[in-house]
Amino acid sequence: MKAFSYERATSPAEAAALAGRTPGARFIAGGTNLLDLMKLQIETPAHLIDINGIGLDRIEATEEGGLRIGALVRNTDLAADQRVRRDYALLSRALLAGASGQLRNMATTAGNLMQRTRCPYFYDSNQPCNKRQPGSGCAAIGGFSRAHAMLGTSEACIATHPSDMAVAMRALDATVETVRPDGSVRAIPIADFHRLPGDTPHIETALDPGELITAVTLPKPVGGRHIYHKVRDRASYAFALISVGAIVQKDGSGRVALGGVAHKPWRVEAADAQLPAGAKATAAALLAGARPTQDNAFKIPLVERTLGAVLAQAEAMR
Amino acid sequence: MQSPADFDMSRRGVLITGTASAAVTAVPGVANAYAPSASTGKAPIMSTVAFTVNGKDYKVELDTRTTLLDALREHLKLTGTKKGCDHGQCGACTVIVEGRRINSCMTLAVMHEGDSITTIEGLGTPGKLHPMQAAFVKHDGYQCGYCTPGQICSAVAMLEEIGRGIPSHVSADLTAQPEISIDEIRERMSGNICRCGAYSNIVEAVQEVAGQRA
Repeated sequence: MKAFSYERATSPAEAAALAGRTPGARFIAGGTNLLDLMKLQIETPAHLIDINGIGLDRIEATEEGGLRIGALVRNTDLAADQRVRRDYALLSRALLAGASGQLRNMATTAGNLMQRTRCPYFYDSNQPCNKRQPGSGCAAIGGFSRAHAMLGTSEACIATHPSDMAVAMRALDATVETVRPDGSVRAIPIADFHRLPGDTPHIETALDPGELITAVTLPKPVGGRHIYHKVRDRASYAFALISVGAIVQKDGSGRVALGGVAHKPWRVEAADAQLPAGAKATAAALLAGARPTQDNAFKIPLVERTLGAVLAQAEAMR
Repeated sequence: MQSPADFDMSRRGVLITGTASAAVTAVPGVANAYAPSASTGKAPIMSTVAFTVNGKDYKVELDTRTTLLDALREHLKLTGTKKGCDHGQCGACTVIVEGRRINSCMTLAVMHEGDSITTIEGLGTPGKLHPMQAAFVKHDGYQCGYCTPGQICSAVAMLEEIGRGIPSHVSADLTAQPEISIDEIRERMSGNICRCGAYSNIVEAVQEVAGQRA
C-alpha cells in the first residue's frame, strides 16, 4: 500500500468539501473493495476521508411511499430490513446472493454501487488494462474472457460490473442522491449512474470529482413476484456468470435486468414489454446487439434458460 | 519433556531468527520503502487510535496503512487471529467488531476509534473454552487449525445473526425466522475457507452449539 493521510469527516457536506479541495482523495466506508485494490496498488489515494461517522446509516420512508436508504447502510442491514424483505424482496435476494456474511456486514449501499470490476486483467498489473492505465490496451480482448461482458462493450474494455445489488436497484428504478463539493445536491437515475466503457473505461460512473453519494431512494413498491436468480461457478460466495433480476406481475407483465453481462446492470425497455411473451422473446430483446467472445458465448443461451427458470418460478408463486 | 509453553517459545525463536535473517538481505529495499522522501511524499503517516479488544483498552500510534488484522497481530501481539489471503477472500482473519463478524484484513485500524473488538483470545481461555471452541475440539473441526480462529469467531457471530432473524441466500421465506439447518450453516459460513476440507465436522460443531442455544 502507498502511504496516505487520513481524516474523519463529520457530515456529508464536509466530506464532499474535503474531497473537493484535496487532490487524490478518496472516500472510505466499508473499505472491502478500496483496501483490496490499495494493497495491490491499483488504487493509490494520497488521502482517505473516512465517512463512517457522517450519519447516513438509516432507512427511512419517503413521502412518495418509497424508501430512502442511507449511503452507509450496510448490505446485511439493508437485506434484513423488514420493509425491504416485504416490499422489495428482489433487493434482499440480490444482496444475499453477493459476497460473504463478513463482507456484507462491512460493505455499504453506496460502496456496493461504486465497486470496481473483478476482471482478472484489471487486477494483474503486469497486463495492459485501459481501466487501470488508460491507453495501455485491453488484455481481456483476445485473452481468457469467460466471465466478461457481451453487451455495451467497446474496443477498449469488456469488463463487467460485479454488483448483484445494482441489478436489483436497476429493476426497481432506484435513484442515487449525491452532494457535491460546492454543497449542491442532485439525484441521478440508476440507469444513468453507471457508464458504458466506450473509450474511457476508467470513468465508471456519472459522479463528478469529490461528489459523494448520500442515499439511494426506491419508488413506492410495485408488488409482483420478486426473483433474483444468480448463476455462478460455486453455490455461494462467487461472482455471477450471469444473473437475472425480475419482478413479474400476475398478468405476466413486469421488468427484468441482467447482471454479469455488461459494464453496468443491463435493462432494456423493449425486453420488459416482451415478458408476457416468454423467455425466448424477452432474452432476444435483452441480448440484441450482443457481441460475445469465443469464451463467453455460452452466456447467450444461459440468459435465455435462466430467464425461463425465473418465469417458471414466478408462475409457480402465483 | 517439553511443555506446550516451551514449544511455543522455541517455535517463536525459530520464526524470529528467520525473520531477522530475511531482514538483513532485504535492508536496501526496506530502507528505500521507508525513508522519508520529500520528492515522492511516500513517508509513512502516523495516526493514533483507541479501541477495546477483549475488554481491555488500547491506544496505539500506527501507520495509517495498518489493517485491523495487523494491528491485532503485530502491535497488540494477539496472534490468534490469522492472516490467510489478506484480501477478504478466506475468512481466517474474522473477528467480531461491535457484535458483527468482519474480515479484519479489509478494514483499517484507524477506522475503529472507540470500537469494541472480540478476537478468538476473548471468546474463551484454555481453561474455560467457549462452547464453540469446545464443540470444534469434540467434532474435530479442523486439521491444520489455521482457519479455526476465524471459523469459530465467524460461527459465533453467525448464530447471533440467525437469532436476530437475518435471512440468507438459502432461506426459503424471506420474512420468516430463519431455521438452523445444514444448508443455512453452510451458506452462512461460506466466507470461511478451510483448505484441509474439515467442513463436515465444522458444520457438526456449529449444529451442536446451535442446538444447545435453541
